[in-house]
Amino acid sequence: MQIKESSEMYDVIIVGSGAGGGMATKQLADAGLNVAVVEAGPYFDPADPKTMTQLKWPYESPRRGANTDRVFGEWDMAYGGWDIEGEPYTHAEGTEFDWYRSHMLGGRTNHWGRISLRFGPHDFKNKDHDGLGDNWPISYEDVKPYYDKVDKLIGVFGTKEGRPNDPDGFFLPPPKPRLHELFYIQGAKKTGIPVIPGRLSMLTKRINKDRGVCFYCGQCSRSCSVYADFSAGSCLIFPAQKSGGKVKIFVNSVVREVTTNEEGKATGVSYISKDDRMEYKLKAKVVVLAASACSSARILLNSKSKQHPNGLGNSSDVVGKYLNDSTGASRAGFIPGLMNRKPSYNEDGVGGMHVYTPWWGDNTKLDFPRGYHIEVWGGMGMPNYGFAYNPNAFNKFFGLPVGGYGEGLREDVKKYYGAVIGFGGRGAPVARKDNYCEIDPTTVDKFGIPVLKFNYKWSDFEKLQAKHMQQTFEELIHNMGGELLSPTPTKEEDYGLEAPGRIIHEVGTTRMGDDPKTSVTNKYQQLHDAKNVFIVDAGPFVSQGDKNCTWTILALSWRASDYIIEQLKQQTI
Amino acid sequence: MDRRKSIQTIILGAGASALVFHGCKPEGEPTLAEAVAKSDENYFGRTPEELERIEKLNAEKLFTDHELDTIGALSTVILPPKEPNGGPIEADVPNFIEFMGKDQPDLQITLLGGLMWLDHKSNTEYGTDFKSASLEQQKAILDPIAFHDPNKSLDDQALEIQFFYLMRGLTMTGYYTSKVGIADLGYKGNMPNIWDGVPEDVLAQHGVAYDPEWIAKCVDQSKRNDIAEWDEQGNLLT
Repeated sequence: MQIKESSEMYDVIIVGSGAGGGMATKQLADAGLNVAVVEAGPYFDPADPKTMTQLKWPYESPRRGANTDRVFGEWDMAYGGWDIEGEPYTHAEGTEFDWYRSHMLGGRTNHWGRISLRFGPHDFKNKDHDGLGDNWPISYEDVKPYYDKVDKLIGVFGTKEGRPNDPDGFFLPPPKPRLHELFYIQGAKKTGIPVIPGRLSMLTKRINKDRGVCFYCGQCSRSCSVYADFSAGSCLIFPAQKSGGKVKIFVNSVVREVTTNEEGKATGVSYISKDDRMEYKLKAKVVVLAASACSSARILLNSKSKQHPNGLGNSSDVVGKYLNDSTGASRAGFIPGLMNRKPSYNEDGVGGMHVYTPWWGDNTKLDFPRGYHIEVWGGMGMPNYGFAYNPNAFNKFFGLPVGGYGEGLREDVKKYYGAVIGFGGRGAPVARKDNYCEIDPTTVDKFGIPVLKFNYKWSDFEKLQAKHMQQTFEELIHNMGGELLSPTPTKEEDYGLEAPGRIIHEVGTTRMGDDPKTSVTNKYQQLHDAKNVFIVDAGPFVSQGDKNCTWTILALSWRASDYIIEQLKQQTI
Repeated sequence: MDRRKSIQTIILGAGASALVFHGCKPEGEPTLAEAVAKSDENYFGRTPEELERIEKLNAEKLFTDHELDTIGALSTVILPPKEPNGGPIEADVPNFIEFMGKDQPDLQITLLGGLMWLDHKSNTEYGTDFKSASLEQQKAILDPIAFHDPNKSLDDQALEIQFFYLMRGLTMTGYYTSKVGIADLGYKGNMPNIWDGVPEDVLAQHGVAYDPEWIAKCVDQSKRNDIAEWDEQGNLLT
């Protein structure tokens, strides 16, 4: 079969439509450029009644919301998961990495937790503080103006706290704490750790005429039909179209490679259509990769040519290296003070934490180098599959039998409803060259594209951090007068540290730097090896903070987009 | 929406299928109810592939009519109906368990084997199958298997104990995820509202209070529709 080539020459092709691709689409289209967005999944609009899950009841599903088809439950708005049929990935023996993909317009932004934390000054210069890894070639001051603009464009609630490594921004006011969060505030104060209002990208207040205001259903993971949470489609791509931008979206289109010419410059991309399983080519002056850190690395590694024999942008051999995910460990407790609740009111709140604990420790005095924050969950949530499954399990804390049948089970359910508080610790790992993804030459996906092979192991830095998380969680539960629901994870269990990839904050595979020998892009996320190729997902991150990566992806994508516009004006690319 | 502005709305797949973007909102401030997009009741947000799988499962049959009746009888002993919110039958628990058995085949042996055990036991002890036994007889069969050892893995306990635990779990979760079960629980959420804090009587019941300094920073819901504006230092002006 011959590859079909479009005659249209776009100014920019953007591969992927999540946070990075969405922001690049908005900025580049607003600047008047002719943009093609190539997305592997279907079209998705959170307001479409056919795909909407927001405000559905569990009984509208025959499986009552169970996670058979969607791993985070029936209502979660991500088309994909840890495993996608026909699109495998492999592992080097003895290593672990779980890769979460969501193929749809807007990507993983349709279901993410909306926790929107800026990296702080320290996070860009970790090496200066602990001697590990590398500093970024840019500093907080370089990114700050873009964080400010992202805050105002997209909206994030929070409060000004003046904490040195958790920079304040242009915040919408936060929602009041819920009952379990008042218990958490007390527990955290008694434990001697800080607790402040959450920082999440949901509109507690109107920011423009096009987006609605939060109506507190707590279902941001289902993607908001009135666009009151941040999803890349509803907040970036649709507005770019609406204001007259030239945006063509190619859906169900899986990019195989970036095509290049004799001079080694990119000429466009080739993709496979899921609709007819044919290969197509698109042409553009500039190619922007935003397919996610690992997918963009895969595309580069698969883009081999005479000029780029080791894969595009990979003369340094650094593409795929330094892969790193946030650390995560969790724990939950039963809080007797939260028993016998009156379900007389709706406490769904926003779809995430109204309060949280930013990192407080001094790592120079601890046996691990980087910090973590604590996310808090609990409350009288909507029942879904699994609810009341073991209705009197907590009887064991009172020396009462667990099990039985009859009328009394109704009282058990109500007695314990909303009496659990859980924590997720999310921490900064140390990026290492020997944690990486590469092409597995023995395996292709159903489109014939060679797949990724992962090679990732945690070090003691991350394991000891997880150990500290567990100690903190236990102290918190104790200080809330509660009982732990599970025993302390052992050293053999890595102290409950989740496998790499599980926190879905994978970054670092195309790191930025000033030296082309040790980095893939320059500080404007432009490939050292091909001036008209940029990467605006989390691939260029040199390290993580004890923060989530999305707000930084957005700020950096905006910054890179400004640079692209400037370079096109100056005709340097 | 400004119709004068040209909107590039064509979504191009290889099949060149077109889809018109119509996300415009009316001018002015919509009420909460109006602001929530109306969803299509014929779907629950499934992709075509997911719908196909559900239809395939619905076409299969796991339990015989007798087994479904037995599930109904057992679930009703586990959670007897109570006015005004009914019980497992009103919550469609037997059909839910049938679906889950097909959706998650790992459950099948325990369910099918356990139902056979139940009738065998009832026939042996009372000369009748479980669903036809008296409530007293049914309870006498269940009493020895209704309490598992919470300090031991369920896999290491007798099949009939595992079966009861599974049936009890599915009955309870099936009831409390149904319309009548949610009414029984009293859950008030899953509908548009404006969150403005925990009611006073609830705070008092649990012995907690809001810190005035904290609350002062929180959203003033009377201004939620005023468009946000800040000064240069990031202080909210509206």
